[in-house]
Amino acid sequence: MSRRIVGPFNRVEGDLEVELDIQQGRVDSARVSSSLYRGFEQILQGKEPRDALVYTPRICGICSVSQSVAAARALADAQGLSATPNGDLAMNLILANENMADHLTHFYLFFMPDFARQTYSNEAWFPLIAERFTAQRGSAIREMLPARAQFMHLMGLLAGKWPHSLAIQPGGTTRSVEMQERARIQAILYGFRQFLQTRLFGDSLEHIVALDSIQALEQWRADRAIDSSDFRLFLELADQLQLSRLGRASDRFMSYGAYILKGSPTFTQGVWDGGSQPLDTHAITEDISYSWMGHQKEPKHPFNGITIPDAEIEQAYSWCKAPRLNGRVMEVGALARQQLDGHPLIRELVIHSGGNVQNRVIARLLEIARVVMLMEAWVRAIKPKEPFCIQGAIPDETQGCGLVEAARGSLGHWLKIKRGRILNYQIVAPTTWNFSPRDNQNQPGALELALQGAQTREGETEPVSVQHIVRSFDPCMVCTVH
Amino acid sequence: MAERSGLNLLWLQSGGCGGCSLSMLCAEGPDLVTLFESAGINLLWHPSLSEASGWELIELLEKIISEEVSLDILCLEGSVVRGPNGSGLFHRLSGTGKPMREWIEKLARMARHVVAVGSCAAYGGITAAGNNPSEACGLQYEDQLPGGLLGSDFRDSSGLPVINIAGCPVHPNWVTETLVQMAFRELQAGDLDEWGRPRSYVDHLVHHGCTRNEYYEYKASAKKPSDLGCMMEHMGCLGTQAHADCNTRLWNGEGSCLRGGYACINCTAPGFEEPGHAFTQTPKIAGIPIGLPTDMPKAWFVALASLSKAATPTRLKENAVADHIRVPPTRRRLKKK
Repeated sequence: MSRRIVGPFNRVEGDLEVELDIQQGRVDSARVSSSLYRGFEQILQGKEPRDALVYTPRICGICSVSQSVAAARALADAQGLSATPNGDLAMNLILANENMADHLTHFYLFFMPDFARQTYSNEAWFPLIAERFTAQRGSAIREMLPARAQFMHLMGLLAGKWPHSLAIQPGGTTRSVEMQERARIQAILYGFRQFLQTRLFGDSLEHIVALDSIQALEQWRADRAIDSSDFRLFLELADQLQLSRLGRASDRFMSYGAYILKGSPTFTQGVWDGGSQPLDTHAITEDISYSWMGHQKEPKHPFNGITIPDAEIEQAYSWCKAPRLNGRVMEVGALARQQLDGHPLIRELVIHSGGNVQNRVIARLLEIARVVMLMEAWVRAIKPKEPFCIQGAIPDETQGCGLVEAARGSLGHWLKIKRGRILNYQIVAPTTWNFSPRDNQNQPGALELALQGAQTREGETEPVSVQHIVRSFDPCMVCTVH
Repeated sequence: MAERSGLNLLWLQSGGCGGCSLSMLCAEGPDLVTLFESAGINLLWHPSLSEASGWELIELLEKIISEEVSLDILCLEGSVVRGPNGSGLFHRLSGTGKPMREWIEKLARMARHVVAVGSCAAYGGITAAGNNPSEACGLQYEDQLPGGLLGSDFRDSSGLPVINIAGCPVHPNWVTETLVQMAFRELQAGDLDEWGRPRSYVDHLVHHGCTRNEYYEYKASAKKPSDLGCMMEHMGCLGTQAHADCNTRLWNGEGSCLRGGYACINCTAPGFEEPGHAFTQTPKIAGIPIGLPTDMPKAWFVALASLSKAATPTRLKENAVADHIRVPPTRRRLKKK
């Protein structure tokens, strides 16, 4: 048995360290450590409740809008307010803009460059991948960056800027949209669709969304040349490297439900544990048995959660807490969302091989196609001249919960207000779920589980398989601990 | 083709959100990678863009410290984390067990220039809000006080202090234009203001180019989010005091905070994270906003404000509290000659 410390990881948005016990070229067990603590939950104590809309987006530069939406929903819940229909549509567009830009960033900048590493230089597919995805130099980055930047002109129009906007409010959005702006947003979406259809998929979004079984996906792959699109190239890799056998976690999935219209989510909320179940957020707790955190004996629901760091805790190895649903480890993200929403291809992939590196990436790309089509419909549904935002009054003593799906999974804010000030503010982020340490039952977190069994290649000190598994979750470490 | 200077740039992150890097990925005309190339900037390592991970990075950092690799520009994004109790353990560089603070300090002493990207790296920023639980500070400032990690006397080998590209986040061009000027050795001490910020963007006010200027002139004020009026009187907007060119440069195509319908919170200034009042509510004494426009005598402001309020056209009065234009400008008939 040999012990290795792997880190720092880059292309994970923040700082991460993984300790591996390796036996005969296989990972026997893993400990995942989040290395940075800033203390947003402490910062928020005693603040004016609405100031959460300034502070919480700044937890994270890549999930900034998701943090805004969670805070706005927690404040809306605390005052029993619902956003206007235009507000819902604009909020969905802004959130989808961030989430889809993040999916794109993940695929092109964070995930794929690992396959252009020299360790793969003898593989038949290597020249194609290296030409396209080598970090900084590959041809894809110079196409993807302008496509992403132009797509994010939506932010300029709808949210003022990105990241760190104050446009998202409990009652809707601050920026009303006129007819001519609606027209321009449609044109921006069309431009982005062109990039997706020519470079990412090499096919229409409609065809990608319609891939409804493993057989349909196999056929799609067989009908196309390897280098016909970036998705096709990925499928080649996934097949050659058997990425469907890499990085399986608990196969329990959770989604808070995404893109709310008239009070109900467009992608279904729920829990998957061998079958679909309703989600009871009262069953969420955070455990600190292996966290550098003190003053909490039992796992607590976030409304009653306490965040007091303590670097002296003996058995601890992470600043991250361990969230659990009914005491169980959940995996969150695009795969969980599409699994719970019942997309037929994803359902079949999960039945066939569970949650793994390949299926996480396929779900993310499929979701891009689905959501861009939804965005096209939302923008057409906006009614200029009708209100985008309504005002409410926040009671002096109240509480509220705000749930949202960020690109990388389920994000929740739990807020308590006393004497008009924030008494307690607890945040449970997607990567808090996926990259949690062990809990009082000694259950490893989702990534810790996914790393068990990973194979190392000849002569590796930092296994490339570990890089793939870690990044397949699209982690956001700055959100994780906050 | 411009002369290539071949500058080695290292980009590190500590107590921050990564949002400045993400903002920089929105650089356009050209994209970020092409831009670095155009100025001959060689990215030794960047957290979002580089292939190297783990020991490859640690080896690079050690080579810089032992002078095997020269470091021209060190960019830090995020604050310097000193807690708990001055130990720096709230941020250890993974794989090394050592506080990130120690790495930053060693590397800064090796670099030809040191750049703080964003308000956290410059002054502590949002990370230092509240009771500053992580004991965050900037590279050469703690809030408005000179000092920080490197000390008020710090100067790089060319005589420059830390260059503070403040903002939360930074506009991509604030950073790229400064780096390109540095690559061409054009940036001088006189190009920085008293807080070390490039004057290229802080010699302007956010107020300049604000599309709500006519409402400002007549004190036709917004009362709630999504209203079109001026946000200074009630909504906490600091655009008339904030040093930045957000409304002439514009963000993500054609945006800015004010065009997005919300207040400027003066995020390029040290201490913006603790305004002493709710961010989106203007503090007042006897109905007069406490923070007056930069360089404006109070008596003048009060006199002009009451005069212009009396003269506010109906169009502005009505539109100021609506979320779309209700009253268009009058169409004057051309007189027949």
